Amino acid sequence: MPGPLDPGVNVIGSTDPSRIRNFCIIAHIDHGKSTLADRMLQITGVVDPRQMRAQYLDRMDIERERGITIKSQAVRMPWVVREGDKQGESAVLNMIDTPGHVDFTYEVSRSLAACEGAILLVDAAQGIEAQTLANLYLAMENDLHIIPVLNKIDLPAAQPEKYAEELAKLIGVEPTDVLRVSGKTGVGVDHLLDEIVRQFQPPVGDPAAPARAMIFDSVYDVYRGVVTYVRVVDGRIEARDRIKMMSTGAVHELLELGVASPEMEKAGALGVGEVGYLITGVKDVRQSKVGDTVTGNNRPAKDALGGYKDPKPMVYSGLYPIDGSDYPALRDALDKLKLNDAALTYEPETSAALGFGFRVGYLGLLHLEIIGERLEREFGLDLISTAPNVVYQVITEDAKETVVTNPSEFPSGKIAEIHEPVVRATVLVPNEYVGAVMELCQSRRGSLLGMEYLSSERVELRYTLPLAEIIFDFFDQLKSKTKGYASLDYEPSGEQAADLVKVDILLHGEPVDAFSAIVHKDKAYSYGTTIAAKLQKLIPRQQFEVPIQAAIGSRIIARETIRAIRKDVLAKCYGGDISRKRKLLEKQKEGKKRMKMVGRVEVPQEAFIAALSTSDSADTKGTTKK
Amino acid sequence: MAGALPDGEPVPTDGSLPDDATREVGKNGFAVYVHVPFCASRCGYCDFNTYTAAELGGGASRDEYAETVLAELALAARVIEPGPVGTVFVGGGTPTLLSAGDLGRVLEGIDRTWGLAPGAEVTTEANPESVDPAYLRQLRAAGFTRISLGMQSAADNVLRVLDRKHTAGRAPQAATEAREAGFEHVNLDLIYGTPGESADDFARSLRTVVDAGVDHVSAYALIVEDGTRMAGRMRRGELPYPSDDVAADRYLAAEAALTEAGFGWYEVSNWARPGGECRHNLLYWTGADWWGLGPGAHSHVGGVRWWNVKHPSAYAGRLAAGASPGHARELLTDADRHLEDVMLRVRLREGIPLDRVDATGAAQALADGLLEPDAYERGRLVLTLRGRLLADAVVRDVL
Ligand SMILES: Nc1nc2c(ncn2[C@@H]2O[C@H](COP(=O)(O)OP(=O)(O)OP(=O)(O)O)[C@@H](O)[C@H]2O)c(=O)[nH]1
Ligand SMILES: C[S@@+](CC[C@H](N)C(=O)[O-])C[C@H]1O[C@@H](n2cnc3c(N)ncnc32)[C@H](O)[C@@H]1O
Ligand code: SF4
Ligand SMILES: [Mg+2]
Repeated sequence: MPGPLDPGVNVIGSTDPSRIRNFCIIAHIDHGKSTLADRMLQITGVVDPRQMRAQYLDRMDIERERGITIKSQAVRMPWVVREGDKQGESAVLNMIDTPGHVDFTYEVSRSLAACEGAILLVDAAQGIEAQTLANLYLAMENDLHIIPVLNKIDLPAAQPEKYAEELAKLIGVEPTDVLRVSGKTGVGVDHLLDEIVRQFQPPVGDPAAPARAMIFDSVYDVYRGVVTYVRVVDGRIEARDRIKMMSTGAVHELLELGVASPEMEKAGALGVGEVGYLITGVKDVRQSKVGDTVTGNNRPAKDALGGYKDPKPMVYSGLYPIDGSDYPALRDALDKLKLNDAALTYEPETSAALGFGFRVGYLGLLHLEIIGERLEREFGLDLISTAPNVVYQVITEDAKETVVTNPSEFPSGKIAEIHEPVVRATVLVPNEYVGAVMELCQSRRGSLLGMEYLSSERVELRYTLPLAEIIFDFFDQLKSKTKGYASLDYEPSGEQAADLVKVDILLHGEPVDAFSAIVHKDKAYSYGTTIAAKLQKLIPRQQFEVPIQAAIGSRIIARETIRAIRKDVLAKCYGGDISRKRKLLEKQKEGKKRMKMVGRVEVPQEAFIAALSTSDSADTKGTTKK
Repeated sequence: MAGALPDGEPVPTDGSLPDDATREVGKNGFAVYVHVPFCASRCGYCDFNTYTAAELGGGASRDEYAETVLAELALAARVIEPGPVGTVFVGGGTPTLLSAGDLGRVLEGIDRTWGLAPGAEVTTEANPESVDPAYLRQLRAAGFTRISLGMQSAADNVLRVLDRKHTAGRAPQAATEAREAGFEHVNLDLIYGTPGESADDFARSLRTVVDAGVDHVSAYALIVEDGTRMAGRMRRGELPYPSDDVAADRYLAAEAALTEAGFGWYEVSNWARPGGECRHNLLYWTGADWWGLGPGAHSHVGGVRWWNVKHPSAYAGRLAAGASPGHARELLTDADRHLEDVMLRVRLREGIPLDRVDATGAAQALADGLLEPDAYERGRLVLTLRGRLLADAVVRDVL
């Protein structure tokens, strides 16, 4: 149990910065960050054992259900070093648990900027994976000291010797410097806490300077309004101060400040190096932007701290209410989610097939899936989302440039060039699967950047790949071709010109906007035939023959036909059938009203929905826990 | 298993009707339907309200059935005074599981209560294997004028899939016996599109009905009703689902063969020689009033539709307690009545005046070749042959 604290050490607002250690836990998805955080909460005594539950910091329903972290969480914990040269020294630890999934890398980078150190956690049964590397490089770019830690050493399949060596080689330390813990049993966690105090640098800042604090998170809470999480760099923020946002000059009254430990704890001030929250009563997170610098209004600082880049949406998709009258509800719901999710962007759009909706920008497919799920669950909406696409730059022959986030915006003039976004992808894989991975990347228009042996059997492959090629079933394919051993990470790396075309789907000669897609020339035919065949099965027969065509411009590349219906009449109609038949007819007439008309073709919205939802959509299998 | 009854509001215990409904009862004709809810065995496709002896258990016995129906008739007599009865139709189930005497007593009761109009049409359904010449003569003598036999098919393989108990030859033979017993009007029912039925099988069925010398043919596309044994077999993949395209071909074959033999269509599924039309069914389709006696029977009087409790014991129980066996009813709004009127009349050879339907929808249907141009010129909506096959779509488009 924790020993007695030095008096004055853990007084919020007056903590001696030399006692503070700010760090985050980073790792590949599922390597056990949140579970390790649990043990820290428990061993430092900030969570009552009776209140403890697994992944305590994953508070959103969706996080708990999927068993993944989506939002970073910062927690203040007291610690007295138990062993070694600092034995007995009291410290204040600010720990940030981060998400592991590639879509939420921007959450990680924000967290890193609030810390001096990072725990790089590696599952001792899995070894280094793609996001281990990605997060390691991020931490190094931020000049953080790194403590390498192997987790899950309780597992029978754990190979700590082997992976300690791998990890040591990777970051340039000795294998003995790699700590070993089990987040499950707690083994090694107190030693890790001691090492945190020993190895990580305390924050440095000028306590006498005008206050400057970096906003690293901003969350909307229905009861309290916007809660802003900051890390104080210089000076001091007092509870009765008026604060100023340096980017906009906006001044706010402070209603409350404090720290999360892990429940919110009110305090009188926040001093140099401290991490805590501010509540000002503003209702919109955009007024308290992540990356902005907070200063005091009385004695404002001159220069802001370096901010963050706004996360840019990587994929777009149309989002439509199944019941058209839910459109305003969808707009309100998006507005609300936006409050907590700066990465979410949306604009109204209309589709002949689906009615009124929004074109929504996401960080990736997991982000897309999570937003969809939250809208359905938290706001009770029934939604359909169109196939996701990336952003294209289309240059027409008159040298006009159009940014296309929706295939329907594709210019109709003569196209000179089309640019598509590309990513730098890193795949980590046991060497026997290198061939399979190369084949897959090749078929997705990848070009090899390099290949490196991380150990005698683990290989790192680096590729440039079109983003559009990895947002569909790439991850599934990768997993299945490597028996689940490969891991993937990617980051945007500019754009390239490519041989892309827009494929339209025509129903009885009329284009159906929801199915237009921008695809590589070589894939146009297979896209066209797949969608045409699918619609052929889903659209009910009409009184006349209906051709379904896939076309590039005016050139038809695929065709299916819905044969005309020949019989639509109930045979029997006795006296006793009349009420039943009338009710059936009323239902059919209601159904007819809900039909979407494409020219003269009546299409039940369900057919569009089925065609969209069964399409090779999201590559998100890898994001839920098995 | 019999199909479910529609929802509705409760029927008053005495069976009484709103004044609006009874005031002009019989204005457009008045008919009586008598339901006989018994069958020797249950055909796999059938969801009519009918019970085998085993399904009935004790409770409601066939022997007392005529008495029970007469009790409902007595109750009906206190509710409406419709004037003479134009047509009577005894349907099932298998009415001919009752003795000719019982059927005669019910008919006599109707005559005594409301009076049969002169030249009234009195039909009973019959299963081919359930009648013989003597029985048919007794029916004729009791006042029945028309008989409708469930032949279904002239192919033994089809009859087997349908679980029919008679041979292919029995139905035409019974039809002949009926004519010999003095029935002027005889109908044969056909079902087409049964899985396994070939075009030849159906052509043979058509030849058989034509040769049987009847004056009426009903030909129904097989309907796979939810909850039937046949639906279960199809769901489990033991039997293929019927195909609409095949049904369309069969329908065209029926039209060709029957027209050729001197029959004319007068309703989508019904053909008759001149004068052979079933007047009772026409009353259903033209908004007439009728009282349906028996368990599960439906009635219509002046815009009120109601239906009796389904089970024979429940039915008998209600009547024994002096209460109406009505299970539920619905009071039709003007809009409902208009919808029904269009829905039913569009199916008739006579068609419906164009001014009762949506002009745009009708014009489109005409352009699509679903309506007879001549009739259209004369201001009536009458289906073409292709239109008959798409009648439900036409109804939806012109409402
Ligand atoms: N046996 C064993 N299982 C562990 C240990 N630590 C975590 N786990 C399990 O590993 C899975 C992932 O744990 P989390 O703590 O949610 O992993 P995470 O790194 O926070 O995952 P993300 O936030 O989605 O990136 C869970 O099923 C944990 O129970 C450990 O030390 N031993
Ligand atoms: C009320 S039934 C009873 C007639 C009589 N019990 C018999 O089966 O011979 C009248 C007719 O409806 C038709 N029928 C019954 N069920 C059907 C179904 N599922 N599909 C098509 N026609 C059906 C049959 O042609 C049957 O002869
Ligand atoms: S005999 Fe007629 S009523 Fe009886 S089950 Fe068969 S089809 Fe139905
Ligand atoms: Mg986590």
